[in-house]
Amino acid sequence: MTTEKGSEFSCPLPLSDYPEIVMAHGGGGALTQRLFEEIFQPAFSNPFLNARHDGAVVELSGNRLAFTTDSYVVRPHTFPGGDIGRLAVSGTVNDLLMCGAQPMFISLGLIIEEGFPVASLRTVIDSIRAEAKDANVSVITGDTKVVDKGKGDGIFINTSGIGVLDANTDIAPQRVRPGDAVILSGDIGRHGVAVMAAREMLDLGESIESDVASLGGPVRALFEGSISIHCLRDPTRGGLATALVEIADSAGVEISIDETAIPVSERVRGVCEILGLDPLYVANEGRFVAFVPEPQADEAIDILRRDPLSATACIIGTVKESEPGIVTCTTSIGGTRVIDMLSGEQLPRIC
Amino acid sequence: MKFVDEYRNERDARRLADAIERLVTHSWTVMEICGGQTHAIVKFGIDQLLPPQINLVHGPGCPVCVTPIGMIDKAIAIALKPDVILASFGDMARVPGSESNLLTAKAHGADLRIVYSPLEALEIARKNPSKEVVFFAVGFETTAPATAMAVHQARREGLINFSMLVSHVLVPAAVEAILSSPSNRVQGFLAAGHVCTVTGYRDYHTIADKYGVPIVVTGFEPTDILQGLFMCARQLEEGRAEVENQYIRAVREEGNTAAQDLLREVFTTVNRQWRGIGDIPGSGWGLSAAYRPFDAEDRFGAAEEPPESDNECISGRVLQGNAKPSECPAFGQRCKPEHPLGAPMVSSEGACAAYYRHRSRTATASRSTE
Repeated sequence: MTTEKGSEFSCPLPLSDYPEIVMAHGGGGALTQRLFEEIFQPAFSNPFLNARHDGAVVELSGNRLAFTTDSYVVRPHTFPGGDIGRLAVSGTVNDLLMCGAQPMFISLGLIIEEGFPVASLRTVIDSIRAEAKDANVSVITGDTKVVDKGKGDGIFINTSGIGVLDANTDIAPQRVRPGDAVILSGDIGRHGVAVMAAREMLDLGESIESDVASLGGPVRALFEGSISIHCLRDPTRGGLATALVEIADSAGVEISIDETAIPVSERVRGVCEILGLDPLYVANEGRFVAFVPEPQADEAIDILRRDPLSATACIIGTVKESEPGIVTCTTSIGGTRVIDMLSGEQLPRIC
Repeated sequence: MKFVDEYRNERDARRLADAIERLVTHSWTVMEICGGQTHAIVKFGIDQLLPPQINLVHGPGCPVCVTPIGMIDKAIAIALKPDVILASFGDMARVPGSESNLLTAKAHGADLRIVYSPLEALEIARKNPSKEVVFFAVGFETTAPATAMAVHQARREGLINFSMLVSHVLVPAAVEAILSSPSNRVQGFLAAGHVCTVTGYRDYHTIADKYGVPIVVTGFEPTDILQGLFMCARQLEEGRAEVENQYIRAVREEGNTAAQDLLREVFTTVNRQWRGIGDIPGSGWGLSAAYRPFDAEDRFGAAEEPPESDNECISGRVLQGNAKPSECPAFGQRCKPEHPLGAPMVSSEGACAAYYRHRSRTATASRSTE
């Protein structure tokens, strides 16, 4: 029985160099992708999973639903601009929004370490309640487990979410077309830098706040403005670069971006410059990329700029067909380079 | 951003590239020594602005790349000992030793701490008096003063639970090794600006004279590198072989004399093995007699160094400027950053990683073999 089960779940392409899990397997970059391709996908292969969207879109009794799940292990639990509770709601809500769904319900799974102060738990739960209220979702089921002291890191949270889609909404990487404009909803790199600064207790003078936010406002505004959205993606772990590479790969298109068009705040740039980080790979928790037909791009920008969460939205590039699966970038001095997925990880446990 | 944007703008970059184009009448092969410069070249597409007569080859200036396999094995062995915390720069953690790397050791329970500065390792030692804290000290002359400062403070504080596994290497010895090789094809050098902020560039005059090569101390921003190339090409065209300083906003001829005093106190020159290149006499620093009690190799016993066996990796040829990363048959196929066959595919300063990360794999092969 054991043998049969073992062979059923066997991995056709062994992870040659890492017989054990290393931190980068959870970094959202190339190693995470390999885990998916070599272990998860072979085991569970189905059209929903294989679409590799932020969530799965399914049809049940004539209703279209989006379903997603995410775990939150950020350290420290509180950082400038947010905390693990707020993140656990907005991250899952945003994944549903990126499928084109209206988020409705979320579950709340807590893994708490023995000795975690109840007062801290209350703070986390308060934060979850406030964010769920803002995002207009209800927490409708949950679970609590406690692990021995030293076997956890205070608190880990898992949330799953369900949202509903209109019959005619079709938002997926596969819908991206040559000629689409690539729109970014705001400046990048805040979340990763804010968490790292809090964790390493870097004194940056005036602190950089995470961009963590539920993105229902700006996304709904695009729908209500009748923008024909082809694809949405929130550039979380692995940053903007990884999000774009995933979409170029799934859609079989070239995405060409202009480095100088990508907004990065002076403070984030400064920290990244000193620490040798590339803002393109730093996590965001309150930004999204939208692929829309070029003729509607300016109108989409106008709509987005009316919402404070996307007040600095801008066009950062365009979709081409010349080099399928590749993201290219025009550099500040007029050269070009290829943007690839991150192989290791720049910053562990940022979400 | 101030002090950054002015060195990364298209107008000045084009102006310098045009000046180089107007200047050159011959083909010249120029090596940038430092991996930081290699990455800037590939990341910003600096080489794409240059006329075809300028052939850039990439040097050995990536400390992670040249750290020998035996040193990494030693670091892993030490990290796996009970009650040891090994502190390392992040890049070193992924470099393969003979069998595994430090990340794998961490997955096996080693207490590995990634630090930005050796002084952080010192702080870890202060906070964990019951643990042995070992700093894996790699790098060129640029990082050596921070290493020296850490062990100097440890000695002053009597911090007996702190030690260092030292694998520091020196640029001038490597430059001489490349120039004296019969297969050398490098005609001019961009010297690493940040190394020279510490050492100055007096040592380079003898090298320029002895081998008849121009050496231009160069910074790391796109317009620095283009200006350094212009100065180097101008010397080559005029038949001069001198040491010039492009990076005047950071480098003085005498360097940082306070840092040099500390380096002389803490370190002594030793022979060092360079991964992919071999033994280079007088090419490294080890702890001086006064600081030997802080030598982790002594404290934990030195493991037998295994023979260099870098499988099919051609890093030695890449690091000496005799091959470009994309000329390696394993490049982008069997050798990728997530499963590197050699160190240049690992480090953020490694030439192979730079090519892999910033260049289309197919396009690179055709461009670089032109």
